[in-house]
Amino acid sequence: MTTYIIRRLLQLIPVLIGVSILVFSLMHLTPGNPALILAGEHAPPETIRAIEKRLGLDQPLHIQYFDFLKNAVQLEFGTSMRDRLPVIDHIKPRIGTTIALAIYSTIFSIFFGLIIGIISAVRKYSFSDISLMIIALFGLSMPNFWLGIILIQFFSLKLGWFPPSGWGELSQIVMPVITLGTAGAAIIARMTRSSMLEVISQDYIRTARAKGVSERIVIYRHALKNALIPVVTIVGLQFGGLLAGTVLTESVFAINGMGKLVVDSITARDFPIVQACVLIIAVIFVFVNLIVDITYRVLNKRIELD
Amino acid sequence: MQSESILKVKDLKTSFFDEGNEIKAVDGVTFDVPQGKTLGIVGESGSGKSISALSILQLIDEPGKIIGGEVIFKGKNLLENSDKEMRKIRGNQISMIFQEPMTSLNPTQTVGQQIREAYKTHQGIGKKEGNKKAIEMLKTVGIPSPERRIDQYPFELSGGMRQRVMIAMALACKPELLIADEPTTALDVTIQAQIIELIKELQKDLGMSVIMITHDLGVIAETCDYVAVMYGGKVVEYRDVITLFKDPKHPYTVGLLNSLPRHDIEQEELIPIKGTVPSPDEMPAGCRFASRCPFATEHCFVNLPELIDIEENGQIRCWIYTDEWDGDQEVKVYEPERTS
Ligand SMILES: Nc1ncnc2c1ncn2[C@@H]1O[C@H](COP(=O)(O)OP(=O)(O)OP(=O)(O)O)[C@@H](O)[C@H]1O
Ligand SMILES: [Mg+2]
Repeated sequence: MTTYIIRRLLQLIPVLIGVSILVFSLMHLTPGNPALILAGEHAPPETIRAIEKRLGLDQPLHIQYFDFLKNAVQLEFGTSMRDRLPVIDHIKPRIGTTIALAIYSTIFSIFFGLIIGIISAVRKYSFSDISLMIIALFGLSMPNFWLGIILIQFFSLKLGWFPPSGWGELSQIVMPVITLGTAGAAIIARMTRSSMLEVISQDYIRTARAKGVSERIVIYRHALKNALIPVVTIVGLQFGGLLAGTVLTESVFAINGMGKLVVDSITARDFPIVQACVLIIAVIFVFVNLIVDITYRVLNKRIELD
Repeated sequence: MQSESILKVKDLKTSFFDEGNEIKAVDGVTFDVPQGKTLGIVGESGSGKSISALSILQLIDEPGKIIGGEVIFKGKNLLENSDKEMRKIRGNQISMIFQEPMTSLNPTQTVGQQIREAYKTHQGIGKKEGNKKAIEMLKTVGIPSPERRIDQYPFELSGGMRQRVMIAMALACKPELLIADEPTTALDVTIQAQIIELIKELQKDLGMSVIMITHDLGVIAETCDYVAVMYGGKVVEYRDVITLFKDPKHPYTVGLLNSLPRHDIEQEELIPIKGTVPSPDEMPAGCRFASRCPFATEHCFVNLPELIDIEENGQIRCWIYTDEWDGDQEVKVYEPERTS
């Protein structure tokens, strides 16, 4: 297992280099000279050249890339174009919020997805199964910003149960997490259900029953672990969508997180911030995938052979 | 009966309900398992052998349902038991091993976990003591270096080893009755013989009764005391094994004996039974075998024969052996002179 983790970490190196090249070229592919944008359209050529020099834009491309890489490793992403503060000072107070939102939403998805999936599978074709699966289908097909708006309309404006915006209090966390986590919960529920149904008809489940164990043990000890193997992969794939979803969710609920920072920075053409955010999110995504792969292996011992 | 029966199955009926259609997989099965003896069940694929066995333990999955009959184990009808009472019997007093050792073990649990669970469930034995007992059991079923095997997963074992693990698990709580549903079909020929030998030995040691389901008449001859021949969800012949091989009575049994190679007599040729098993909706209303029987009369197609006693511990379901037989009075179902 340890050798596997080390091997996977080594494999991350080319992936991370690829990501960094992509993010680096993002800046150079966007139309317009950043120095020109910084200096303003009517700046004299000397000013522009001075800025270029300060930013290293006059260097050959590969030198620029290595500088970028060296700085990125030190979390040195330059300064914001809007207020000249270091980019990292913009990101630091917001990244925790976004990660918390993503983690809470993932937990929400997994928790409700598993419970709903198991209930549906155990009571296959019953009224509760059919209703739960219809609800899951709704949850799946609803765009999350729309769900967010509906929640605000109903629970904030009509009933006044939860504040419509902000982040920090439990009451402020509930609706964004539901907004962001519902689609994932629906997917996990459907996946768990079908996976459970498949596992329950396997020979080894009959073996367990023939041993005289209770139905509860059959479901939780014998069926669930096997059923979870494909579900784990789904959770991993979900996480990418979840990170993208934070952008919309934070905008709907006016949460001051990284998603909102990205949107605001794109509107203001504040490239250093966009670049840093994209890089950080990509790195997080890569590491989450690593965690998912490891979990998958722990569940499914068989892969250890190859 | 020269000895007590540990299990009496009477007129057992199990059907599958598929979109309003009833498929009568087991349609009035009756047989006895005498104490300490082995009953063989033979019959073609789809004749209801596995479903009969699973019905004894009430392990029938949706959309199947036991709809009638009695399963009397040590004098008590199991079909009247609650779920909880059944769980106390499964894996404890009656155990079952299955045809597919490759898929019958849980791939995400170690061998030890799976055997230990039997002790935990029925005897409340914890992990440490359970492990000791599991290692002992693995030794009993002939698994080398059991201390190492106990922490392995099923995918690390060969098919024969897995079937030994299944047997260890089934016999962990020393059941009084073992149901073996084609325990060797999926294994290599050499391994087959070993597994059969193992079951025979353990039966002697533990004084168990056994139901041995198989396609293989060789296995029947070698291990069984009594034989139930099944066709179309019914028992058509129930005899003690020696009588069955010497003097088979049902045309289907005769066909079965003629269609398979035998070691005990010289055969001139193997004669397959003509036709195939009719699908449930094409089953004749009368004798299930009528459409393939060389002797069947009009009467056979329309009327279902009863399972009647023909000797002590011998029953047959065929019109030829009744007063109502309207075909050739001199009919010779089995012709020993055909073989020499
Ligand atoms: N899940 C099911 N749904 C519908 N019908 C079923 C189901 N399982 C079994 N049957 C029916 O029950 C009949 C008997 O099946 P069973 O498994 O007992 O046969 P078998 O004698 O054990 O055959 P084999 O030698 O192939 O194992 C089959 O012909 C099939 O039509
Ligand atoms: Mg079978």
